[in-house]
Amino acid sequence: MSGVRVLVGTKKGAFILTADGKREKWDISGPHFAGWEMYHLKGSPADPNRIYASQTSGWFGQIIQRSDDGGKTWFQPGTPPGEPATTPDGMPKGESNKFVYDASAETGKPLTTHQWYDGTQHPWEFKRVWHLEPSLTDPDTVYAGVEDAALFRSSDGGRTWKELSSLRGHGTGPQWQPGAGGMCLHTIILSANAPGQIVIAISAAGAFRSDDDGKTWKPINQGLRSQFIPDPTAEVGHCVHHVAMHPSRPNVLFMQKHWDVMRSDNAGNSWHEVSGNLPTDFGFAIDVHAHEPETIYVVPIKSDGEHYPLDGKLRVYRSRHGGNEWEELKKGLPERDCYVNVLRDAMAVDTLDKCGVYFGTTGGQVYASTDAGDTWAPIVRDLPAVYSVEVQTLS
Amino acid sequence: MIRVGLPAHLRNLARVRPEVELEVQGEVTLRAVLDALETRYPMLRGTIRDHVTLQRRPFLRFFACGEDLSLESPDMLLPKQVASGEEPLLIVGAIAGG
Repeated sequence: MSGVRVLVGTKKGAFILTADGKREKWDISGPHFAGWEMYHLKGSPADPNRIYASQTSGWFGQIIQRSDDGGKTWFQPGTPPGEPATTPDGMPKGESNKFVYDASAETGKPLTTHQWYDGTQHPWEFKRVWHLEPSLTDPDTVYAGVEDAALFRSSDGGRTWKELSSLRGHGTGPQWQPGAGGMCLHTIILSANAPGQIVIAISAAGAFRSDDDGKTWKPINQGLRSQFIPDPTAEVGHCVHHVAMHPSRPNVLFMQKHWDVMRSDNAGNSWHEVSGNLPTDFGFAIDVHAHEPETIYVVPIKSDGEHYPLDGKLRVYRSRHGGNEWEELKKGLPERDCYVNVLRDAMAVDTLDKCGVYFGTTGGQVYASTDAGDTWAPIVRDLPAVYSVEVQTLS
Repeated sequence: MIRVGLPAHLRNLARVRPEVELEVQGEVTLRAVLDALETRYPMLRGTIRDHVTLQRRPFLRFFACGEDLSLESPDMLLPKQVASGEEPLLIVGAIAGG
């Protein structure tokens, strides 16, 4: 019997929503890590019971949690190498994980500063993990996108982390600058069909790609146009909000930029706008249908100054043509007085037939569509503000 | 025996009661107490002091015997009432955010 597990990160804890393949009756567990900001949770494609979670706090810093039983129990995997697995009295051991920027001379070009809001240079300072991306093949390998922007990788199940420092060190790092939410690496896309390819995105620097498993990187922002930066077509400096890819087509990328919905057909080497008839092309979330690589979803948001839907009507827009021609999806969504936001990591799809589409709002609702977006219904209505939604399709 | 009071989130993380008791070898400084706390409860590493710089996190403060010790040198001796276990060292999270 198939099923679905929805992993929800919120401002005050994590929640796990589960249902069978009909996706009609949902069980809710949580809050896990009550009171903590849960930026992201994601399961391993290689072992669905392995889930990684980013637990963070402005008070107490960053902690990585891991579950090996599908979210029933959790532990911190970061026991330092060589230390016993338990404390002397048998207490489970685990430290909040250490993310240290690579400043060694041996591994490239260590960076110490990036551009600050006022144009001056500012030291790189670790704040939190925004996104965790488990390897497609190895449950113990997982990538972390962090603020201030950098990419880390763990090959031991989250116990230790090492920066892939050539991303910061490839040359444009001193020109990166924070967006309104901080200078975060928020998108990591791996591809089984393009081994070695990693696409990442940073606000506000842009998108970058490695073709050699993270050893070398290059900016992939040609075709992006951002009026708010001194050179609107600069190589870096663009506020990319999110990027999505269908697993079968690693060359085709879809991007929700600060303003503009963009498409690339050459793995990001060049982009063209596909906003088409969207009522506003500002937004955060974007995703691709599990079975139809040309069907994509966005949630238009009024503007960068007003982070809520147009006219108080929450709408998802779907294009079945890879962009440009969009249809409004509204059945089951609020028709009035809705002023929530849908954040960049808060939309996901399952791989059942019909494809399920899910998104969470800053008002605490998690909506699901079990018919590829035609109709919607809330799974839950009153969670804390939703930061992230990921879906596992279970067999 | 040194007594240390922890904020709620750190108690949950370490799975302890509001106050923990620690043995501290040598001089009882703030650094020595935090070292002992993190050795006994390694899941607290990085939550009170930065992993690398060992600087106090900005929204945490240290109090003992009615005094704010947050800005004192970590190598300053703590009050004798703390060293004797008569008074706890309190690790307090700032009330912030309205």
